Amino acid sequence: MKEMSPLDRFLLLITGILAGYQIAIGIEGAAPPAVWAYTVGFGALLLAGVLLLIFGFELLGSPFTIVVSTLIPLALSLGLVWEYLPGWRTAYLLFAVLGFALVGLARMAVPGRPATLALAIVHGVAGLLIFGLPLLLSVRGEAPAGFALVGVGGALIGVGGLLLSFLKMGRPLLPQKTILTVLPLLLLLTTSAFVAGFAVVQ
Amino acid sequence: MVPVTRLRGKLKLYWSLIKSLQTGLLLLTGLAGFMSTRCPLTNWQTLLGLTGSLFLAISGSTILNMWYDRDIDAKMARTAGRPLPSGRVGPGEALRLGLTLAVLGVGWAVALDPLYGLIVFAGLFFDVVVYTIWLKRRTPWAIVWGGVSGGMPALAGRALGTGQIEWVGLALALAVLFWIPTHIMTFSLRYAGDYRRAGVPTFPAVYGFRFTHITIAVSSLLAALMMAVAAYGVGLTWGYLRLIMVLSAGLLLLAINSLVQPSERINFGLFKYASLYMLSAMLLLFFV
Repeated sequence: MKEMSPLDRFLLLITGILAGYQIAIGIEGAAPPAVWAYTVGFGALLLAGVLLLIFGFELLGSPFTIVVSTLIPLALSLGLVWEYLPGWRTAYLLFAVLGFALVGLARMAVPGRPATLALAIVHGVAGLLIFGLPLLLSVRGEAPAGFALVGVGGALIGVGGLLLSFLKMGRPLLPQKTILTVLPLLLLLTTSAFVAGFAVVQ
Repeated sequence: MVPVTRLRGKLKLYWSLIKSLQTGLLLLTGLAGFMSTRCPLTNWQTLLGLTGSLFLAISGSTILNMWYDRDIDAKMARTAGRPLPSGRVGPGEALRLGLTLAVLGVGWAVALDPLYGLIVFAGLFFDVVVYTIWLKRRTPWAIVWGGVSGGMPALAGRALGTGQIEWVGLALALAVLFWIPTHIMTFSLRYAGDYRRAGVPTFPAVYGFRFTHITIAVSSLLAALMMAVAAYGVGLTWGYLRLIMVLSAGLLLLAINSLVQPSERINFGLFKYASLYMLSAMLLLFFV
């Protein structure tokens, strides 16, 4: 496993601070459930940065990490749905809760292909929402143009998720060293895009 | 040139006697306690007095502990290289230095405010006399008193700002008190063999690893709860309260993980995270 460089540590530290900043300032005007959903999403990003700093890249091999990191796209997408697709709130909340439980249970009970499939479905739906919804809202003029940055963040975290999932399945899209080299920067860019995107709707 | 070099060498030795990171963290809890009362920053005399007196008192207390524990430090690989057991500083010199710093720190604290001075003195007394001299070699429960003394700087800082001992200050002190077992026990798990050789009763040695992990999880939970109560009492906005909750969740997650899947790696990660947690929470109280 690749050793963590000082630059990696610096990037992860900034990621954690940015996520912490977003949690502290919240999203102005958002309903409390949406704010809590964003808090969980950014909280998972913050903890991911800090725990990677402490434990190094070996942390990525833990099933626990995979389950907890599912919270990032699920919670952020739930916040977006709560705010911008009010008609889907209950259904998506149900999907988020069941999806999280499914990922956790599958990882513990039937590791391997079923667990990866559950992860792919849950991540796929949540990732598509984070990527597509802000872009759509920006294009339609229902949100400021800069809100599309949240979608960019969604795309970036989707790329990260894909790289790590295929790596975990033993069919890496890129060499492991390359993935781990770009991961801290990818996390920082993702968090920056989210923070910048949400800043324009403040 | 030679005296300057010698002085520099001496100061370097003295610096390692005060455990700068630990002293710095405790000092920060005191400053956070004071700043959380929203005293104006422009009152630099009080801030300087608080920083100076606490730094001296905590440093003096740490040196006195090192002086008393020099025999057990010599038996442990981790601490055998410290200035006292390695003979680079003599016991008499360390005792004089510790007493001087402690008296100066407590004296300055009393001059600043009698109640504040009393709490600083209580912290020093609990740490050196009750924890180190009386209980540390007799019972693993000594860490409760170590926790009480660890909570004193936060209580003292808060009392200096408000002029009284109130529930927010006590909650802050309790947050530190409950955090200390996590901090110390993760360390005693890592160096269990060292402590056994030195004859210091620790939780892992007396009650076993499983019970120690459970205690760590419970004390982390209580520390997180008390930190939330203190932060609420201080008047942090919801945003910062949410942030403290997230940081607390990380602490609990790691504590539970170390209980479910105990390993040296997770244990030491928890030790590091716990320090980072206290630092972050206190910085939030300090600045916000």
